Amino acid sequence: MLRRIASYLKGYAGYAAASPVLVTLETVCQLAIPLLMAQIIAQGIEQENMPAIWKYGALMVVAAIIATITGGLAARCAAYAAQGLGANLRRAEFEKIASFSFADIDRFSSSSLITRMTNDVTNIQNVCMVCLRILIRAVTMLIASVALTLTISPKLTLVVVVILPIMAGALMLLMKVCMPLFEKMQQALDQLNETVQENLIAVRVVKSYVRENRERDKFKQANDNFTSTALRAMLRMVAMQPMMTICMAAAIVLVMYNGGNMVLGGELDIAYLQTVVGYIMQILMSLMMVGMALLQYSRAQASTRRVFEVIDAQPAIADGGRTDLPAPRGRVEFRDVSFRYQSEGAGEDVLHHVNLTVEPGEFVAIVGGTGTGKSSLVNLIPRFYDVHGGQVLVDGVDVRDYPLDGLRGRVGMVLQNNVLFSGTIRENLLWGREDAAEEELIQAAKDAQAYDFIMSFPDGFDTSLDQGGVNVSGGQKQRLCIARAMVRKPAVLILDDSTSAVDSATEGRIRESFRENLKGTTVIIIAQRISSVQYADKIVVLDEGTVADVGTHDELMKSSKIYKEIYDSQQEGGVENG
Amino acid sequence: MAENNRPRGPHGPGGPHGGPRGGYGKPKDLKGTALRTVKYIASNPLLLIAALICVVLEAVLGVRATYMQKPIIDGITSALAAGQADWPGLAASCAQLALIYLAAAACIYIQANLMAQLAQKGCNRLRKELFDKLQELPLSYFDAHTHGELMSRFTNDADNVQMALQQSVIQLLSSAVTFVSVVFMMVTLSPMLFLASLVMLGGVMAVFAVFGKRSRKYYSRQQAALGAVNGNIQEMIEGLKVVKAFTHEEQAKAQFDALNEDYRAAASDAGFYSSAIMPIASNLTNIGYAVTAVLGALLAMSTGINAGFTLGSLVIYLQYNQQVTQPINQISMQMTTLLSALAGAERIFQVMDTQPEADRGQVTLVPVEKDANGTLSKFSGQGRPRAWAWKVPRSCGITLVPVSVKADETLFELGQADEENGALKLLPPGQDSKTGLWVRIGQDGALTPLTVEEMAAHGWAWKYPGPDGAMGLHLIRGAVRNVPGEEFCYTELKGAVRLNQVDFSYVEGKPVLKQVSVYANPGQKIAFVGSTGAGKTTVTNLINRFYEIQGGVITCDGIDVKDIEKDSLRLSQGAVLQDTHLFTGTVMDNIRYGRLDATDEECIQAAKAANADGFIRRLPEGYQTMLTGDGANLSQGQRQLLAIARAAVKDPPIMVLDEATSSIDTRTEQHIQQGMDTLMEGRTVFVIAHRLSTVRNADCIVVIEGGRIMEKGSHAQLIEEQGRYYQLYTGQFELD
Repeated sequence: MLRRIASYLKGYAGYAAASPVLVTLETVCQLAIPLLMAQIIAQGIEQENMPAIWKYGALMVVAAIIATITGGLAARCAAYAAQGLGANLRRAEFEKIASFSFADIDRFSSSSLITRMTNDVTNIQNVCMVCLRILIRAVTMLIASVALTLTISPKLTLVVVVILPIMAGALMLLMKVCMPLFEKMQQALDQLNETVQENLIAVRVVKSYVRENRERDKFKQANDNFTSTALRAMLRMVAMQPMMTICMAAAIVLVMYNGGNMVLGGELDIAYLQTVVGYIMQILMSLMMVGMALLQYSRAQASTRRVFEVIDAQPAIADGGRTDLPAPRGRVEFRDVSFRYQSEGAGEDVLHHVNLTVEPGEFVAIVGGTGTGKSSLVNLIPRFYDVHGGQVLVDGVDVRDYPLDGLRGRVGMVLQNNVLFSGTIRENLLWGREDAAEEELIQAAKDAQAYDFIMSFPDGFDTSLDQGGVNVSGGQKQRLCIARAMVRKPAVLILDDSTSAVDSATEGRIRESFRENLKGTTVIIIAQRISSVQYADKIVVLDEGTVADVGTHDELMKSSKIYKEIYDSQQEGGVENG
Repeated sequence: MAENNRPRGPHGPGGPHGGPRGGYGKPKDLKGTALRTVKYIASNPLLLIAALICVVLEAVLGVRATYMQKPIIDGITSALAAGQADWPGLAASCAQLALIYLAAAACIYIQANLMAQLAQKGCNRLRKELFDKLQELPLSYFDAHTHGELMSRFTNDADNVQMALQQSVIQLLSSAVTFVSVVFMMVTLSPMLFLASLVMLGGVMAVFAVFGKRSRKYYSRQQAALGAVNGNIQEMIEGLKVVKAFTHEEQAKAQFDALNEDYRAAASDAGFYSSAIMPIASNLTNIGYAVTAVLGALLAMSTGINAGFTLGSLVIYLQYNQQVTQPINQISMQMTTLLSALAGAERIFQVMDTQPEADRGQVTLVPVEKDANGTLSKFSGQGRPRAWAWKVPRSCGITLVPVSVKADETLFELGQADEENGALKLLPPGQDSKTGLWVRIGQDGALTPLTVEEMAAHGWAWKYPGPDGAMGLHLIRGAVRNVPGEEFCYTELKGAVRLNQVDFSYVEGKPVLKQVSVYANPGQKIAFVGSTGAGKTTVTNLINRFYEIQGGVITCDGIDVKDIEKDSLRLSQGAVLQDTHLFTGTVMDNIRYGRLDATDEECIQAAKAANADGFIRRLPEGYQTMLTGDGANLSQGQRQLLAIARAAVKDPPIMVLDEATSSIDTRTEQHIQQGMDTLMEGRTVFVIAHRLSTVRNADCIVVIEGGRIMEKGSHAQLIEEQGRYYQLYTGQFELD
């Protein structure tokens, strides 16, 4: 896993490599200081040797200056390496996500993908920072201090040998006790937040049903539950600090007593007594640091796993390799197509053995109740999903043989839950085709009945849309989305219930302009309203994933029970408005 | 680790250095906020004081422990000089040192334990008070503040307050005590050396100041860049399907790369400045250590190591020299934490100090029993009450008066009168006429004696002043219980709703409704039609008093809704709203939300009426299927069906249906039409729908445009008039 992460340090490997070197240098210089101090006492004060004091004093200053510089540089390198790593990981994720199929997007879900690109990467970044600086420093400190203590007095090193395992054991025990409690605490916190969020989202429901007290009770329960789990964890965690103090105190007292005895016995120069105390402190502190760093590392492992899940995901749809593509004509054929959403486990087939041909230039409408597979059917044409059985052909070629941009260049689609992006109206329309001329934009806007309202904005085509296009109404947004798809001039244009918020009259005008200006284009629409579909060349009635009936309005009125029912359900109330 | 479900907006916090140097907010009213925050840990002042004493003790003991090394070292050196070892002295000093450390450890434990409890409990109270308060706030408050914003009061702000209460306050006190004690010891040991240390201290503080300032500057830059990159991630991932439909992947990548690089550059610098402070400051301390060591050595040599400035003095002075910068670092770190926590606390207090929903209503809804004669009596039976009544205290400013109703619904107040000097004299209410004479009071005040028929046909009305101060009469349509001597009178809950010349605006100066008058008699269906933003939903939000009107009056069964206790008013109404929201829990729980004492049978009955029973039974565990995340596992149409069932279980006399079937396809809508009809039967219903088919059979269709009523009437009347409704109906006009 570590090596895997390290491979994403590309471009920042120098920083990542320099940081441990610098940290080690800093640590060594810092460790030299107590040793030099001992020399000042031993060779200077005890021998009353002034030049020795100056000499070792100067060496100490030099060591401290080097430590300052290397310490600062190490911080810089670590920060650059960690941020570089984060940037590379985000980039790799984004790149992979861009190649995801709709099925992959459904499988991960948008919100999870966002978390994986933000919080999870941040966690990894933080661990990288901790490893590069704190962990390496602690390990260096630990090893060097033990070595130095050994050279000064092997006997006093015994103190370390006794205290170190005790302390490590105590730390581990505490962690073992606390970790599950922390996990519970996190769960309790999630529950607490969920309660608040649900309350905020549904505030109108709560108020109109006068359920404030019930919500209060619910919150109180979650709040008390969180407090008691948190307190249980905390009250154990607070043992940590006194435990450390006692371990350190034991070390100091043992060194002082044994060392003092050794000094009195002439085995040790008193100058080194303090040095050993200092080193032993460092050893114990370092141990604690290593523990903390490892804890953080283990916590970030879940994040690492999630990030690599994205990076390692095999997009369910790969480019087809065929290069000799037929000229775009707009013929679409479904041959015995079955389809299921794999993400829903075993799942049932959403479409069963669908056979359907749409000839170039035809205007085809698909109708049917909610959940009968209308959207699923059209999503197969630009290969947003792959069929489970059978074939979908565009202009006689299996969609799986097309390069994706070639296929989606000839199949334009206006999605059901459509979005506009932050930027101007012009920028959004240019999504259709980057090199579209101004006249083409205007024509598409006119055809989609969007031109008038665009021009009613003070900035016209340069009006900027907030994120998600929130400053236009639902109907206007749908018309902009239609215009965006029309700019593309596809051979097949699919509208998936994309005029639901547009009123009948405007929709009629859009349909009219399709007839006049998109003569050669195959148009496939999904709609709820009979008024939107009755003039289609061909109406396809879907029911429970199969094609129930195909025909013109007049034919279906005679032959199709379902179509007749839909028709009747809308007639009683006359025209409906979107 | 569980997926972090906290909402995090694109511009939300989440810097990679979320550590103590993370937030830089500052409270506006430092003192007030601090005092108010302290109250939350001072729930048990004795424990708090005990904890604080432990903090001071621990700091002093820590300084004392270092000092204890001096007698040990001096003992050894003098023993060496004297040539005889003082073993018992060494052992005694070491034992003393051990005791001091033990005492310090005990203090730390007690302090940390107490503070953890105080802080957790204090924060529990803070969150509880915040949530409780939130339930009282008017809807306008939720309109003005996003969910994310309010959520972060509970998450970030409350967390920060807790951390500050548990640690920062203690650390600050401990650091201050340590700093003073250490400086005192240093000065006592050698004022001369302290001068050298002072220079070093100055240097360290300068590092904190310079790096701290830089760090803050780069941090805010980093946050801005983070906001941009997270915003881009969110937008692109949410719109990913469109990106793919237009094969726009490469452009999206390029845009992302640029933002990602900006963020990396900004974050690298911010990371450097915030993480370089510690190594640089501690190494500067080392330079100071070296200089002091040399000077100290010279001093020790000049005084002789066994007298004056002894070797022990030098050793512990140098240790103090190392220790003295730590509190400074601590204080600088904790101050930032504390200030940003207080800023969070201030934001929490702002929510708590918000004016709650105004509710001066004294009229309440109570269950009653109604016998065959229409007499109301107290509900005493078991199970579900069949009838409800408004319980009106006689002292609340609205009075019950007998009236006679003319055919055109004009009301005349009745009263008792006596003949006096040949003229009729009206008696004050409650005083009986000697002759039992009843009179009708004309608008001009003229008194007309009543006939027996008129007397028998009298009704009741509420009499109270309108917004203009003039007395008005409001007819009561149901049974009345008016027993002299009882403190309350009761009138039957019928569900008559009247809006009379209502003016309303969400934001002052931007009127949303102007002079809107709508009369709904019990059992009538009133439909609202109009463009998005015309004010349809607003009207329904006023009936249940989600918002306060600025002009006119709204009455429910003749009582001004302002005089009705809010909870009672809302209990008399049910709503299926535009956005359906469900709660975590089973399907059954969600239906039962409508009425908490509904039996399973009643819930299933309601689901059947809403045509939801079919799909519920097909769910993996039927009615016991758990719904999570606002019913994310259901389609919008299914959620609407559940919301309808929830309202059906409540069984209120007044029902608001705001686009209740908008996500249900027309064929399915046909199938649930029967359920909807049952739901509406015998109730006063307000319907808003885009589909004109849904509103066609309403008793009255109200066409609203621009906050004004354009037309009112039945379907047939409005078609006849060939006005806006006609245009809409025939598709000549666009609703958008």
